[in-house]
Amino acid sequence: MGRSIKKGPYVQEALLKKVQVLNSKTGKQVVKTWSRASTILPEFVGHTFGVHNGNKFVPVYVTENMVGHKLGEFSPTRVFKGHSGKLVADKKAKPE
Amino acid sequence: MARISGVDLPRDKRVEIGLTYIFGIGLATSQRLLGETGVNPNTRVRDLSDAEVARLRQMIERSVRVEGSLRTEIAMNIKRLMDIGSYRGSRHRKGLPVRGQRTHTNARTKKGPRRAIAGKKKATKK
Repeated sequence: MGRSIKKGPYVQEALLKKVQVLNSKTGKQVVKTWSRASTILPEFVGHTFGVHNGNKFVPVYVTENMVGHKLGEFSPTRVFKGHSGKLVADKKAKPE
Repeated sequence: MARISGVDLPRDKRVEIGLTYIFGIGLATSQRLLGETGVNPNTRVRDLSDAEVARLRQMIERSVRVEGSLRTEIAMNIKRLMDIGSYRGSRHRKGLPVRGQRTHTNARTKKGPRRAIAGKKKATKK
């Protein structure tokens, strides 16, 4: 189920304000945010966001293709390093 | 011989069903197309007149994406997800379910047949 069009895309207001301020100036800087649920708007293109993944801020450079997705989609919250087992243990013991 | 967008239609089936053999056309689309072209959905594919086949072919070319071009579109959409580095893209890359299903068990459609894990002990029955 998509969000109703009447409401428009969800963006945290503070975040939107920060981007608009950045857009009015020329300088660009990383915008740190915890708002993973915010939709990426066309205004965001070209900015870099530090999107929190629960541990640190992952730098996300926004391109045109990302518009319409949420910021959190680009900042994975889980790290999967592979399963344990004989194969992995051998590799760890004798790294080549 | 009814050949539409590179697919041979089964000759003994009703057109309504026959059209669904084309990738990208399901029953709903099929019924809509037949309504728009004014072809009786109950005629068998082999009984279609050449004019009717031509009309259907034209309608399909104009209004729906089917077969090759549809497959490319789907592949491009998935490729886009992978290229922008999104979570959904990474799930596609790893061959795991994309929409948040569990992977502890099940998910066999995406993951394929079970692979034996070396060194894993089988659960013993009590």
